Amino acid sequence: MSATLTAGEVVELEKRTAREDTQNRASRKGFFTDTTLCIGCKACEVACKQWNQLPDDGLLFSGLSYDNTLELGASTWRHVAFIERPVALSTQDAGAFSWLFNSDVCKHCARAGCLESCPTGAIIRTEFDSVFVQPDICNGCGYCVMSCPFGVIDRREDDGRAWKCTLCYDRLKADMQPACAKACPTDSIKFGDLEELRETARTRVEQLHEKGMQEAYLYGDDPNRQPGTEGLNAFFLLVEKPEAYNLPPDPIAPAKHAGESWKSLAFGAAGLIALAIGSAFASTRR
Amino acid sequence: MAECHPVGFRWVMKAKERGATIIHIDPRFTRTSAVADVHVPIRAGSDIAFLGGVIRYIIENERYFKEYVVNYTNAAAIVNERFEDSELHDGIFGGWDAEKGEYDAKQWMYEGVDGDPHKHPREPIRAKESDPTLQNPRCVFQILKHHFARYTPEMVEETCGVPARLLLKVAEELCRNSGRERTSAFCYAVGWTQHTTGVQYIRTACIIQALLGNMGRPGGGILALRGHASIQGSTDIPTLYNLLPGYLPMPRAKVDHDFKTYNDLNVSPTGWWGEFRKYSVSLLKAWYGDAATAENDYCFRYLPAMTSDHSHMNTVADMADGKVKGYFVMGENPVVGTVNGALHREGLRALEWLVVRDFQLIETAEFWRDAPEIHRGEIRPQDIGTEVFFFPAATHTEKDGTFTNTQRLLQWHHKAVEPPGDCRSELDFIFKLGQRLKKLYADSPDPKDRPILDMTWDYSVHGPTNDPDAEAVLREINGYTVADGKVVDGFTSLKDDGSTACGCWIYSGCFKDGVNQTMRRKPHWEQNWVASEWAWAWPHNRRTLYNRASADPEGKPWSERKAYVWWDEAEQKWTGHDDPDFITKPPSYRPPADARGKDAISGIDPFLLQSDGKAWLFAPNGLKDGPLPVHYEPQESLVENSLHGQQCNPLRMEWRRKDNPYHQPYHDPRFPYSLTTYRLTEHHTAGGMSRWLSWLSELQPEAFCEVSPELAQETGLQNGGWATIRSARGEIESRVLVTNRMRPLRVRGREIHQIGMPYHWSNKGIVTGDCPNELFPFVADPNVSIMETKAISVSIEPGRRSRERRFITSGPLVEQLPEHAEERDLPGTHRKHTTGHTHETESAKEGNT
Repeated sequence: MSATLTAGEVVELEKRTAREDTQNRASRKGFFTDTTLCIGCKACEVACKQWNQLPDDGLLFSGLSYDNTLELGASTWRHVAFIERPVALSTQDAGAFSWLFNSDVCKHCARAGCLESCPTGAIIRTEFDSVFVQPDICNGCGYCVMSCPFGVIDRREDDGRAWKCTLCYDRLKADMQPACAKACPTDSIKFGDLEELRETARTRVEQLHEKGMQEAYLYGDDPNRQPGTEGLNAFFLLVEKPEAYNLPPDPIAPAKHAGESWKSLAFGAAGLIALAIGSAFASTRR
Repeated sequence: MAECHPVGFRWVMKAKERGATIIHIDPRFTRTSAVADVHVPIRAGSDIAFLGGVIRYIIENERYFKEYVVNYTNAAAIVNERFEDSELHDGIFGGWDAEKGEYDAKQWMYEGVDGDPHKHPREPIRAKESDPTLQNPRCVFQILKHHFARYTPEMVEETCGVPARLLLKVAEELCRNSGRERTSAFCYAVGWTQHTTGVQYIRTACIIQALLGNMGRPGGGILALRGHASIQGSTDIPTLYNLLPGYLPMPRAKVDHDFKTYNDLNVSPTGWWGEFRKYSVSLLKAWYGDAATAENDYCFRYLPAMTSDHSHMNTVADMADGKVKGYFVMGENPVVGTVNGALHREGLRALEWLVVRDFQLIETAEFWRDAPEIHRGEIRPQDIGTEVFFFPAATHTEKDGTFTNTQRLLQWHHKAVEPPGDCRSELDFIFKLGQRLKKLYADSPDPKDRPILDMTWDYSVHGPTNDPDAEAVLREINGYTVADGKVVDGFTSLKDDGSTACGCWIYSGCFKDGVNQTMRRKPHWEQNWVASEWAWAWPHNRRTLYNRASADPEGKPWSERKAYVWWDEAEQKWTGHDDPDFITKPPSYRPPADARGKDAISGIDPFLLQSDGKAWLFAPNGLKDGPLPVHYEPQESLVENSLHGQQCNPLRMEWRRKDNPYHQPYHDPRFPYSLTTYRLTEHHTAGGMSRWLSWLSELQPEAFCEVSPELAQETGLQNGGWATIRSARGEIESRVLVTNRMRPLRVRGREIHQIGMPYHWSNKGIVTGDCPNELFPFVADPNVSIMETKAISVSIEPGRRSRERRFITSGPLVEQLPEHAEERDLPGTHRKHTTGHTHETESAKEGNT
């Protein structure tokens, strides 16, 4: 074997390292956000900003229910959505109306669009299986911003770099749970080992179904049901279709389709060539 | 509760997980409604009618807990034959004294009991005759039954705008979930108290809970959710004008001529208040030390004495009239947080000096240079004579001390960091102010200066800023024996001979064994579910008051499921999961006729602080506005009282003055909508703690009002646009949130609209806006002088307010109609208490938020 690796060897090495990384991970950590327990208090938003010392996102009145931060972004890493809808919850006697809350956050996708698109290697997968942006390496190119199927990651205007939820990497290193989960008064945000969370979540859905809340379901817990992301490390219990919470019904990491794109491109190119040859042939026949 | 007490709401959600039904009654659909099983939209100001409907349901369907009601409440007591119910006189109880403008409460007394509070020895207020069959037409139960007979589901629907179906659902759910095996709890906050009938709102809930047997039992009770971290503490060791620590009344100038009279008039012949003298002597010993001796009445004359009602609004009105020289404002922002802000500022302008201690330069500190009337040029700062002193305050993380929460739990908090710059704790400020005063008077021979010179003021200091030791203060509050300075075990160790000192008798025991009990942090998984070793609860570390009621008359638990405290026959003592809140005598004990104090409590009298040990369905004394709750409309309502001719509480406090005009009692054509105010999760009360913080301010950055789509349609309001809201007191502007969470209600055959508005904003801070409290008048509940902020009539229209006008300085903003005051009151009840009305009742406490 020569000192220089061939391109094929590099790919092989990367694959092997990734496999070993996955096996060596302490454990896969994540969030289970149960929207039926959320009271919309926004303690998660404030705890997140305080721990991570994030600036405010502007002091603007939106007129959209009690939501004035509106979306996740470079400075808002937890965002509580407020959905007023003219439909009653099946377990509630409160007229034809309900008010849904969901504390949205980076999903730390098993297949993360941001990570795959990052050309500098600033975005990495940590030992907790979370997706982490290294601020000292990020050059602010912004490829990740358009590669996130959830619109989570964004660049901050003042320094140009990309920022998002770190799953409180610094806290995890010190054996503490993320600030948002710690602050949540009703345990709507649960943090823990992914497999255990999935188990808890499935039991919870069964319980809610037994209580008559047939509309409860999990979003992003099952890699098979969300192949575009291969499952979310931060998944949700919802009672309305994902779009109502501003979540995509079928999120797909862009690189997932890279192969298909190349194929389509090849087909397209072949078609063009055929067309060119055909037209040349036609013109020579004239 | 989820909205304003999200951390406490954790336990409501846990209960819900375990199958509890959550019912939310509120004019608006809030964060609490969002997770409740049932939401009942109600017309603000009509709760007594609704709760009265529940009482009627319980009685008519015989759903009350009979054994509990007969033994533990005063249901069987026979009432004076002179008693005349409000139902007989169109909403007024018999005994109205038109001369004094008040009731002769003796007419409500138990049969054969005199009940004169000025007599000594006082006669115990306990029924001399009773009918355990509850059939006697003069027994409390029958009186109650007839009093609420007209509160039918149809009447509730008509009055509250709540469909009869929902009332029945709530009533049935409460009944189903009460009894031997189950208990229900009520939680309330100032949505109930801030009315001209605020105290009677709570009384109505008490009646329900007593009928259903939900008091003194685990999972039951009526929980007052306090508005700040230690508001409970500020009534226990009061910031109220009419109380001394531990609910000892403040001496009254014209009545309590000497210490003996003071004690004689306050000592109760029965129950724990029978030990009154021990508490008062020990308090004076704590305050005046060696100077307090039996010979000089323990320096009783050093205490200030009340000459009249000095409650908040009276004081402010007096201020505006130039009768008050100086004012300390600590941890409060009254020009934003209380009603008629313009009148408040008028008062502040008339002061000689004002001291404000707060985190920020709040509106109350800046009234002289940053206020609406200053911006309009109507008042010039150079014309204001008030000297304003601002002291920056330390936050709770920058000082040691306790918080007392709503369940009477004292929890110690440690100083985490030194306060920055000149910021200091209240304790530091008061202590050093006291030291300076002592120094100033040090050489004074004048006897009138003795109270300052004789005051014990010797706490040790520590740290870089010489902060007084908060634990030393807590130790003094706990109490000690004077001879050796050793801490006492609890209030039962206090003496009335001057040998003990105690700063607050109900807190006695919080430093038991010389250990700061409030610092205890044993997790619940290392002890039983009552968790008595977490912090410390008054009295005597009891977690549930009156818990004798958790056992049946024989002393056995009502059920295995709800076992809490019981009589142990073998050991011959009360025992259980919690500290028994009872006498040491067995359930069979019956006091001899001449028994006094706690010996007069029988083995089946769980409510120890009542003179008869019973829960009062009917209050034979203590309330100014009647022994039973009556539905009265707010001072400014949209509708006529559907039950009687008496429109409003006849005893409400009014301030009839030019700077405090009232609307028509109902159907005021100028003000066709109802306004209610409240708080949001994102901000803290008058904003001093939140409007300067970007992380909180960005979450709710502007003042807004909430209106239904129907009202928006009717008035042309646009979501996200501006609205001007107006009353006779002023006008404000805010952004508009059009939402289905506000719903029109059908009341008395017409559609009524309620506007909701959080009151957090004003003109300082990083987010600003107008405060709805500018719109509210001075008007108050007669028992506790609390303001009415939950329902007034207003007008609303699209667009921003005029920059030029304001009532207080520019005269009326609206056409003044001749006021039909008589429509609020029946003939003969016109006379009202106004400014400076005299002090009353031994237990009156000013309402607090």
